Amino acid sequence: MTPISELSPSPGAQAPPRGDKSQAVGTYALRLGDDALVLAQRMGEWVASAPQLEEDVALANIGLDLLGQARNLLTYAGTQLRHPDGTPRTEDDLAYLRDERDWTNVQLVELADDGDFGACIARLLVFSAWQHELYAALTSSTDETLAAVAAKAVKEVAYHRDHATQWVLRLGDGTDESHQRMQAAFDARWSYVEELFETDDLVRELVVPGVAVDPATHREPVLAYVTAVVEQATLAVPEPAVRHTGGRRGVHTEQFGYLLAEMQHLARSHVGATW
Amino acid sequence: MSADPGTQRDWPLWEVFVRSRRGLSHGHVGSLHAPDAEMALRNARDIYTRRQEGVSIWVVPAEAISASSPDEKDAFFDPAADKVYRHPTFYTVPDGVKHL
Repeated sequence: MTPISELSPSPGAQAPPRGDKSQAVGTYALRLGDDALVLAQRMGEWVASAPQLEEDVALANIGLDLLGQARNLLTYAGTQLRHPDGTPRTEDDLAYLRDERDWTNVQLVELADDGDFGACIARLLVFSAWQHELYAALTSSTDETLAAVAAKAVKEVAYHRDHATQWVLRLGDGTDESHQRMQAAFDARWSYVEELFETDDLVRELVVPGVAVDPATHREPVLAYVTAVVEQATLAVPEPAVRHTGGRRGVHTEQFGYLLAEMQHLARSHVGATW
Repeated sequence: MSADPGTQRDWPLWEVFVRSRRGLSHGHVGSLHAPDAEMALRNARDIYTRRQEGVSIWVVPAEAISASSPDEKDAFFDPAADKVYRHPTFYTVPDGVKHL
């Protein structure tokens, strides 16, 4: 959980007293928004680089869906995690003016694809399966805003999951080379999967009043879905020796710094720029 | 988008037909490349229905379509040009006919 003082662009400023509940809800929305925004940025990197024009458009559509989810979630988070003077943080404040340690996305979404389409699809399968469980459960959240965002998003991620599924089946059960590369992509990503299902005090606190859903409850259905697809694609579910975590606490991979630099440099170099 | 002619050659061309709403017919909207019919449907959804253009999509392998040849245009279409009696407006309706 990111202390509100760390989110302030003016270090040392004291946050006015606000309810813990408000800060907890804001931090929760921020986590989900960060997940969506960072993966939107990674999907955007595929525009004009996908194997086919048709796939350029498909991956861009998925990225734009995620960007829309991120905008709603960050805007909502900004109303809960206000500036020290009491004004809401805007979605742009949160997207462009936070440093790496203030980002609360899981590490899975920040990993660079480096032009490897299999890596892009492997991550999309796992993450969209997780998001589908998350949003389906959040539609009955007692927080009306979160429930409304989830109701719209659950249909979007159902398509993302289907798109990834179609590709995993074709590449896994395709040629010798596509099979080997798809397996290598899952092997490289799998040590980041368990972080999706971690619970902490913040989530536990919000589960009680029915605001949040416990990510641990998604583990079984997500892994069941992904395993079924992976095995149907004649691939094996990896058994990683290590398990990476820390994204929710602001601990990120080296690759994330480069993503932020590209995403934020325009807004930081030309403060207040519009078009 | 890849400029590699090898991958372009591997994926067949599909013609896409979209029905914009109930009661209308599917209309041809364009074409795309896809490895198979299921992916062609998904690609069509992404490329041709992004702005709520449709409620139903058909995809047809381009090679399955038999088309009239431009060389046969005269023989196919010109003879219809002077057959005005094929249009209902050619006929005058007698004054005594009601409910027509």
